[in-house]
Amino acid sequence: MGEEAARVILADAFQPHTFLDAFRFIGDHPVFLLQKAAEQLELSGAALGIALAVALPLGIVLGHFHRGSSLAVGTSIVGRALPSLVLIGVLLTVLGVGFVNNMVALAVLASGPILTNAYQGVDAVDRDVVEAARGMGMSHRQTLARVELPLALPLLFAGIRIAAVTVVATAPIAAIAGGGGLGDIIVNQASYRLEGVLGASICVMALSALVFVLFLGVQRLLTPAGLRRPGVELPRA
Amino acid sequence: MILASAPVIPSFGKPDPCVTQDHAFCWGWVKAHWGDTLQPALLQHLQLAAIAVGIGFAIAFAAGLLAHRRRWLAHPFGIVSALVYTIPSLALFQLLVPFTGIGTATVELALVAYTLVILLPNILAGLDAAGEDVLEAARGVGYTRRQILWRVELPLAVPTIVAGLRIAVVSTISIATIAAFLLPKGLGYPIFLALREPTPFRTEIYSAGALAVLLALAADFALVMLQRGLVPWARRQRA
Repeated sequence: MGEEAARVILADAFQPHTFLDAFRFIGDHPVFLLQKAAEQLELSGAALGIALAVALPLGIVLGHFHRGSSLAVGTSIVGRALPSLVLIGVLLTVLGVGFVNNMVALAVLASGPILTNAYQGVDAVDRDVVEAARGMGMSHRQTLARVELPLALPLLFAGIRIAAVTVVATAPIAAIAGGGGLGDIIVNQASYRLEGVLGASICVMALSALVFVLFLGVQRLLTPAGLRRPGVELPRA
Repeated sequence: MILASAPVIPSFGKPDPCVTQDHAFCWGWVKAHWGDTLQPALLQHLQLAAIAVGIGFAIAFAAGLLAHRRRWLAHPFGIVSALVYTIPSLALFQLLVPFTGIGTATVELALVAYTLVILLPNILAGLDAAGEDVLEAARGVGYTRRQILWRVELPLAVPTIVAGLRIAVVSTISIATIAAFLLPKGLGYPIFLALREPTPFRTEIYSAGALAVLLALAADFALVMLQRGLVPWARRQRA
C-alpha cells in the first residue's frame, strides 16, 4: 500500500461513526463472521495442540530433572525477539502458502511460553517437598504426578493461557500467508471496506478476550484448593 | 513533430541472475538495496520503537510513582493491563484508525499502550522491592519521604525496572513489524510486500527478518549493559 492508497483510505478515516458502521457490518454478516471465527479457532486449536504435545512434556521433564535452564530461558528470549510476521514469512518460504505453514508458525510461537512456564513451574517446586515425597517412597513418576505437577499447575497453566491468547491473537496476521479466519477480512480492505476491517478487528478482539477469560476460568478450577487460598505463596514467575 | 530516435524502454540495469532465478538468498540484492530499502526500514523501525518506549516509560514512571503512593490504584490497573495485552496488535491498529487516521500516530498510540502494560507492573513491583527494615533504617537516619523515594526505593527498583524495560523494548520491536499492515514503514514492510507477491521473494523476507531479530537482541543487550552501569552492586544477582 503506497502513500496514495493510504490517502484514499484517509478520506473515510478520522470519523468515529465508522465505528457504528463496523457494528452494523457485524450485525449484517453474523454467519459469515462466525464461519471465519470458526476457521480461526480451528487453526489456533491445531497450533496449540501441537505446541502442547511437544513443549509441555519437554518443559515438565526438564524441570523435573532441573536440567536445561538455558534452553528454557533461551526459548523465552528468542521467542519474544522473533516477530510473528518474520516467523510466518520465513516458514512460508519453506512450507509454502496455506494451513500447514500457519499452523506450524503459530505452534512455534505457542511453544515458547508453554515450555518456559512448564520448566519454571516444575523447577521451582520446593526441593524439601520433593525430598519428602521421595523419602516416603514415591517413584520419580509418582513424585511428578502427585507432588510437582499439582504445585506447578498455576504457573504451568498460565503459560498455556498466554500461548492460547498469543495464538488466537496472532492468527489474523497469518492471513497474509493465506491463513483463513477473520484475518482474511482485515487484510482485504479493498473488498470489505473499512467497516468490514473494523468489524473483523472487533471480532478478533472479542475472540481473544473470550479465550483469555475461558483459560483463566479453567486455571482457577484446576488450581489445587490449597494453593487457591489467599496468602499462600505461589511459585514465582 | 518529434520523431522517436531512441527506444523508450527504460534501462533497469543488468538483472541479477540470482534474483531472476529465485535463489534462496542473494547477497547481491542485499548489498544493492541496503541503501534504498533495508537501511531506511531499519531506521524507521528503530524510531517507531524508540518513541513508543520513550513515551510509554515516561507515562508509566509517573503513573507508577502515583500508584506507589495510592495503593488502591494498583489493582484496577492490573486488570486493565491484562485485558489490553490480550488485544491483538493488528486489531488494535485498525480500531484506532477511525479516531486517529492512518498514520504514525495511530501506530505509536497502540505501541505505547502495550509498553505501558508491561512497564507499569514492573515499576510498581520495583518500588516495592525495598524491604520494611530498609525503609525503617532510612526513616531512622532522618530521610524524608522524598529522600527515601529517590535515594532508597528507586535505586533498589532499578533491576526490576530494567527487566521490564527489556521486555517492553523487545516486544515493541516485535510488534512494530505489524505496523506494516497500516503504514509503509519499518522492517515489517519489506516482509509484507515480499509476502504479497505471487512467489514470495525470499531474500527480502530473510534479510528484513534477520534485521528485526538482531535489532531486538541488540537493544536487549544494550539495556543489560545500561543496568550494569546503573547498579554495579546488583551484577551478581541477575544472570
